[in-house]
Amino acid sequence: MEIEKCKGSRDLLPGDMVRFRRIEDVFRKACLDWGYGEVRTPTLEYLHLFTSVGTLTPSMLSRTYSFLDWDGWSGERIVLRPEATIAAARLYIENLSDLSPAKLFYIENVFRFDESGTRSRERWQCGAEVLGSAKTLADIEMIMLSMDVLRKLGIIDVELHLSHAGLIRALLTALGLSAHEQVRVFDQILDEDHSVIEKLIGDNPQFTEALDLFFRAKGKSAGFLQNLQALLSKSFPVPGIEDSIAEFTHLAERLSEFDCKYVIDIASGRGFEYYTGIIFRLHCGDQKVGGGGRYNDLIPLLGGGNVPASGFGLQMDKIMEMTDIPPDERYRVLVQCRTDSAKAERLCFETAADLRRRGYIADIDHDGTGTACKWTISVEGDVDHPVYRLMDQAANVVVEAGSCSAICEQLQEAKANEASIT
Amino acid sequence: MKLALPKGRLLPLTSSLLRDAGLDFEGYDATSRSYRPVCAGMPQLSTKVFNEKDIPIQVAVGNYDLGICGREWVEELLAKYPSSALVKVKDLGFGYSELCMAATVDQNMRSLDDLSGYNGLISIASEYPNLAEKFALQARLRRFRVLPLWGAAEAYPPDTSQLALISRTPGQAMHTGLISITSILDSSAFLIANRLSWETKDLSPVVGRLYHTSTMRDPEKVTSAGDSPLGPRFARGKVRLALADGHQQAPTLQFLARAGITLNEDVPDSRRPGINVDGVSVKIIRPQDMPLQVANGNFDLAITGEDWLANHLTRFPSSPVRKILTLGYGTVRIVAVVSNNLPVNSPEELRSLLTNGTMERLRIASEYTDIADRYAHENRLSPYRLIPTWGASEVFLPEDADLLIENVQTGKTLAENNLKIIDTLFESSACLIGRRELADDITVEQLAKVIKPLDQALKEA
Repeated sequence: MEIEKCKGSRDLLPGDMVRFRRIEDVFRKACLDWGYGEVRTPTLEYLHLFTSVGTLTPSMLSRTYSFLDWDGWSGERIVLRPEATIAAARLYIENLSDLSPAKLFYIENVFRFDESGTRSRERWQCGAEVLGSAKTLADIEMIMLSMDVLRKLGIIDVELHLSHAGLIRALLTALGLSAHEQVRVFDQILDEDHSVIEKLIGDNPQFTEALDLFFRAKGKSAGFLQNLQALLSKSFPVPGIEDSIAEFTHLAERLSEFDCKYVIDIASGRGFEYYTGIIFRLHCGDQKVGGGGRYNDLIPLLGGGNVPASGFGLQMDKIMEMTDIPPDERYRVLVQCRTDSAKAERLCFETAADLRRRGYIADIDHDGTGTACKWTISVEGDVDHPVYRLMDQAANVVVEAGSCSAICEQLQEAKANEASIT
Repeated sequence: MKLALPKGRLLPLTSSLLRDAGLDFEGYDATSRSYRPVCAGMPQLSTKVFNEKDIPIQVAVGNYDLGICGREWVEELLAKYPSSALVKVKDLGFGYSELCMAATVDQNMRSLDDLSGYNGLISIASEYPNLAEKFALQARLRRFRVLPLWGAAEAYPPDTSQLALISRTPGQAMHTGLISITSILDSSAFLIANRLSWETKDLSPVVGRLYHTSTMRDPEKVTSAGDSPLGPRFARGKVRLALADGHQQAPTLQFLARAGITLNEDVPDSRRPGINVDGVSVKIIRPQDMPLQVANGNFDLAITGEDWLANHLTRFPSSPVRKILTLGYGTVRIVAVVSNNLPVNSPEELRSLLTNGTMERLRIASEYTDIADRYAHENRLSPYRLIPTWGASEVFLPEDADLLIENVQTGKTLAENNLKIIDTLFESSACLIGRRELADDITVEQLAKVIKPLDQALKEA
């Protein structure tokens, strides 16, 4: 029988894990430096946490891993966490609701079925949430923090796309869509189904130009939003759009002030149904590496009171493909035992421990086939009078010593000589 | 070429369709009990008769190139496994039914808006649990539970579940007291194909004939029919007793009669008969569904089989269901069965076929999926794949499964099908089950009104 990993899953090998840990370390340090506290939600949650309108779209729900637990005779289904923000909101309501604002971050995996076979069904993401702040400043912080992390990871060609859920909803209402249809169309826009925009334009020929500009034109400054508003007020009045435009304009002006470039692209609102305000996406080339937005209705919907919130997530799997393995600056030394006795092996372990204390990576060779290193230290000779030999990569003996500490010092000297030659 | 044909309600019209198409099958008609009908003049065609529900799975996994079954079962599979390797080849134009989400008239649930606006927990009983879940997600129900059933979903609303996803056939009156909130699917008999077979094999000898022959034999679509009244509902303070339908019903009624308990079946709703014990209400449902229903507190007592109780407790070890009395009738043995052609006589010998590589993977078919799963673990029969079945599992051996976990009374059916028993798991008879904790609206004394006479009848026997 062939042994293979589960379909749609991914193994992370040592090289992958170096990249993974680097992203984690940079993200964790940045969040801690910005005053955020780390949390982790359980992998299993109840399905009903994700089922109401305003949480996950039906198309996302149809790809969750849901099942009955061993005590699930009541029919209460549980899921492998399909999404991190809703779980974080649940954690906040259950444990931290007296904190306002609560600034939280997490590094978690999410599970979604993917039929294409091109993406792993388990994906890792770094996310941060500000719960309890209605200020645009919180949205700006989400954008700046996410871009700060990417910059520190060496990803600089990041394109920031902005949209606004309130703006899209107000427009759908003005088009006369029923509540049920609005949810469906909004979901399709979020699921990046562009045909729905074509259909909206086709169904409303009297507003073709306005809708075309609304969904297809792209802007680079707050002025673009003013143009949109002027256009709509003349050709197609959208009641209740003012607040959204004002919020969006405020954010755009601030970002311009911070020299943060962006593209206003209303149809780029890919994301989650819970978004109520600003939605942003971070692109690097043709890859989407992250995104976030404001979700003021989610916590009220989950029964947690009137708590506005904003957050973002970075897709670690995508970012891993864009980051290099950082050079390991620590020196690796192979330690070999050439005498078959318990005492000699003990000396070997002691030597390795000493090397580690001095900041080296000490790799004990089990059978002479250890990974080739620039330097090898062998322990040989009579166990009561051991000989420590320092050898270079070509197995030439450079120096011998009678004690562990002496050979370690010799190594340090050899390393210093090498550095001075270079 | 391999073809899977349905038994049950679609059999007569499928049989006549095949005949009209020039495919004469010996042993495929309403009176025949053959599982392997033979097609005269087409020796290369191998055919097997299955429970309709099994056919989409058998075709999807590639055991059969073609199959005929109701579209509802195809959609039930696709609802959970959308990438199943199935091609819907042709609507055969007969065997119409409609799947509808039903509630009782007085539940204030008459539209989808009523459902999505409902804040409490909505339970949906159905033989089509995947379609029920898909509906609930698409209708954006805030909180729901699906009660998967073997049957009798129409008996569940409003007191055992709020909604039932049920199948209606043309001219059939809506079940007692139910109204359809929305139609989920119009179903009819379909010719389906395995995707790989469709892409790579010449199936035209069968497909061609069926394609040109099928006519709309049964054009009557489902029409709404008059409602009939609902029987007495479960009221608070009354013991809720579940009794079995089907072949378990007669022996159960005989046993109850020995204990002096009789049903009044002269009522409009046959699933809710009267009973001559004060403070007790009765509903007739499938014995397979009883342990889960008792666990959920929908019933206080039920008479089912120890096999179904064991299957339930294997799946949910901490379930609050307990056995109160072993009733001793309807005794069967739950056994492990293989084909006589397989050179093994014990689970150990079967395991050795897997360990020495003679058999790459064991296919286990069973209605008792959880017992079968545990049996495979305990006997280290790995690797294995479990094939859930809905009755008549013996048909699966030897072509479509290697091991069967099945109940036997005499072993005659097994012998007729060239099968042998290699292990006995346990013996099972009818039993009375209840919950460890009493519902808050009934007392021990009330339960005793049922338990005591049954216990007395057992002692006297």
